[in-house]
Amino acid sequence: MIPVLLGVSIFVFVGMHVVPGDVATLLLGDKATPESLARLQHELGLDQPIYVQYYRFISKAIRGDFGISLRTRQPAWREVWWALPMTIELSICAIIVAILIGIPVGVLAALRQYSLFDSLSMVAVLIGVSMPIFWTGLILLMLFGGRLHWLPIGGILDEGIILQRITGIHLIDALVVGDTKAFNSALRHLVLPSIALGSIPMATIARMTRSAMLEVLRQDYVRTARSKGLAERIVIIRHALRNALIPVVTVIGLQLGLLLSGAVLTETVFALPGLGRLAITSLLARDYAVVQAVVIVSALMIVVINLAVDLLYAYLDPRIHYT
Amino acid sequence: MRKRVFTVLSLLVLASLVLGACGPAATPTKPPAQPTTAPTTAPVQPTAAPTTPPPTQPPAEKTLVIAIGADATFLDPESVMNNESGFVMSAIFDGLTKYKKGTSEPGPGLAERWDISPDGKVYTFYLRKGVKFHDGTPFNADAVIKELDRVKNPNNPYYVYKQEGVHSFADFTWGIVESYEKIDDYTVKITLKEPHAPFLASIAMVWSGIMSPAAVEKWGFDVNYHPVGTGPFKLVEWVRNDHITLEANKDYWGGAPKVDKLIYRVVPESSVRLLKLEQGEVHILADVDPEDYERIKANPELKLLEQPGLTINGIALICDAKPWDDVRVRQAVNYAVNKEEMNKYLYKDAAVTAATGMPPILMGYPKDLQPYPYDPEKAKQLLAEAGYPNGFKYKLLCYENPRGYNPVGIKMAVAVQEYLKQVGIELELQTLEWGTFLATRRRADNKDLGMVGWSGDNGDPDNFLWEMFSTDNIPVGNTAHYSNPKLDEILRKARVVTDPDERAKLYEEASRIIHDDAPWLFINHTKHVRAIRANVEGFALNPLQMFWYMEDVDLK
Repeated sequence: MIPVLLGVSIFVFVGMHVVPGDVATLLLGDKATPESLARLQHELGLDQPIYVQYYRFISKAIRGDFGISLRTRQPAWREVWWALPMTIELSICAIIVAILIGIPVGVLAALRQYSLFDSLSMVAVLIGVSMPIFWTGLILLMLFGGRLHWLPIGGILDEGIILQRITGIHLIDALVVGDTKAFNSALRHLVLPSIALGSIPMATIARMTRSAMLEVLRQDYVRTARSKGLAERIVIIRHALRNALIPVVTVIGLQLGLLLSGAVLTETVFALPGLGRLAITSLLARDYAVVQAVVIVSALMIVVINLAVDLLYAYLDPRIHYT
Repeated sequence: MRKRVFTVLSLLVLASLVLGACGPAATPTKPPAQPTTAPTTAPVQPTAAPTTPPPTQPPAEKTLVIAIGADATFLDPESVMNNESGFVMSAIFDGLTKYKKGTSEPGPGLAERWDISPDGKVYTFYLRKGVKFHDGTPFNADAVIKELDRVKNPNNPYYVYKQEGVHSFADFTWGIVESYEKIDDYTVKITLKEPHAPFLASIAMVWSGIMSPAAVEKWGFDVNYHPVGTGPFKLVEWVRNDHITLEANKDYWGGAPKVDKLIYRVVPESSVRLLKLEQGEVHILADVDPEDYERIKANPELKLLEQPGLTINGIALICDAKPWDDVRVRQAVNYAVNKEEMNKYLYKDAAVTAATGMPPILMGYPKDLQPYPYDPEKAKQLLAEAGYPNGFKYKLLCYENPRGYNPVGIKMAVAVQEYLKQVGIELELQTLEWGTFLATRRRADNKDLGMVGWSGDNGDPDNFLWEMFSTDNIPVGNTAHYSNPKLDEILRKARVVTDPDERAKLYEEASRIIHDDAPWLFINHTKHVRAIRANVEGFALNPLQMFWYMEDVDLK
């Protein structure tokens, strides 16, 4: 894992420094003078060779100090810390939406293979996965926010609601302090972005569930279960679905990792202050420290998600043991 | 066991979903009295009295929401220079001088009046009495001296430039100051290194707002996140990348604000910003996409405000490279482009054609100076005279996204490419991401043409002509590598002369020289445009685009 993170950091660092234009240029924008540019570049050490700059960065980073954001002069880890919970909240809501819709659709499609529902749902799911999140998001906003006035347009809380930050995950914080108004507000704001972001994993989950179910339903033990007179519902849910879920869980894990990239667009369209937006803002501003911190934290999260998926296998399939 | 945990978890998830769906539940809502220690944010200056609403039903609170495209970075006027931070700070701070409402002309601010010595070097400011900072600290000569000290004195513990990588307008605004002293509690004397006519305009800029000295002592450099000024609104909450909440300063010296709260809401997507405006979730848009002008004008609930802009927009021709070193070629491209047509169809009438290097609203603009007319025949003739009867090929560096002075972004370059093709010049457009664009264009050896533009900082002609056309500013500000010793001399002289009439004459002459030399393909001066909801009253645009005089704004 360490070599992976080190490799990622070198890749990002070199990549960002090879492109012309540094943070000093961008901070000063149109308003630079030759002197101010030179002074800032010198102060930030940007006039040093790139390996010196990398050494400076990495020698601190391994001690957990990613440096200061050159844009906001906050420690980079703090910028990430502020933004991370929002992205976790959004990703979890998106994956819940994806699971709540994707699995039932997949199961029903498998039970009625080649039926009209099967074809229609699989086409719908295909459209969902092919649509750019940016576009889906805007359409959802225009329809449910603009035309129908059902849901708010972007943001996470209504104006004037002040929610104390405990975990940074709004739904949890609101529950903890018992603020129902804030909870409802956050939930209403999360519906559309969760659907927009969830549409892609939803498609994959539905298709995976369908094919896994089809395979499992042909197994002997399902026939056994039926023949011993179990109710169809029990057969489907307890015997077939549970075994079909193992590949689905793998897919969900992979999709959770992918959600991080989708979050960039979703958070931009829906004006949510999360990690994806932080990544894009810092990248465009060449805010090296923050970009590094975002990349490392994202890499760590993917590692953790993979671990969680492995642990879930053991729950779903008692034959799998970890020693 | 495991199963039970799983069941409990799924029940919790379900419960939370159901709870949310049931609308306002029976549990009593907590009053919003909790002190706003949102740790998401740069926490907040505790105000003297908690703002708990009294138990009797108070009149409905008026909250005005402004949508901005990006978050502020920090809020110490002396240590920051991006527009979004300026938008917020302009409601929190006052400077010694203040632009008169709707103009770029400096008038009284925290200084009620001032004297200027005959040699133009000594400014004596007489300060407004009875003004207090948001934290209760009195505003007086000491506050001004302490503010100047942290900008000018390297031994001050909070010297602005001690912060790593600080980028500040302080050099631009206060750089010319030689010394500063307190005469009495409400009189301050500031001596300049040399006469500097733009000084009064510069210190009216948002970047010259005066910070409470007590706050600087309390927070040190973290005053960036705990700004305390004398302005009409004070900071109460800042949730990073989401919103900034300000609250009315009822004791404001310019009159109590008419709304109770002012919220700056960060919405990165322009189409989503418009949607929020249409739905009434926000009341003012800081930036508007020209594509949306029609849609806003057609909506009776919205208003489109516009004002001549303090901007210039064009293409820098490289005056030290062939074939652009020949003035006839530079003039030819100015004749070849139909700028009126671009203004009408591309900029939706929100621009006026440019004739020289500064906008017509500035002092010293020659009233009779006409832009190059659209005359492709003349352009061809000039090109033939210069030895290019069949035109030539050349590369143009472009940025993609809209900017303040060019809200259509790269479409401007595409239109120019089309016009120049008609006279035989083939432009190859190369689009670069903004940071790359700036760095490439500013290399001393750059030979490619580049899109170029400027939004004025202080409303003084010097801020346009000196920055972009003086030899001293090659290659960073003056990316056309344009050098004319005669012009340099005039611009230098205009900086030190304090008599407005004499300055105006110098800038007239400078403007004509720049027009004739045509170091740029002058395109236009885009107007300053904002959209508001029709129920917003008393809101006035300012050529410097800041949110001043917000105390006058009301919601009906």
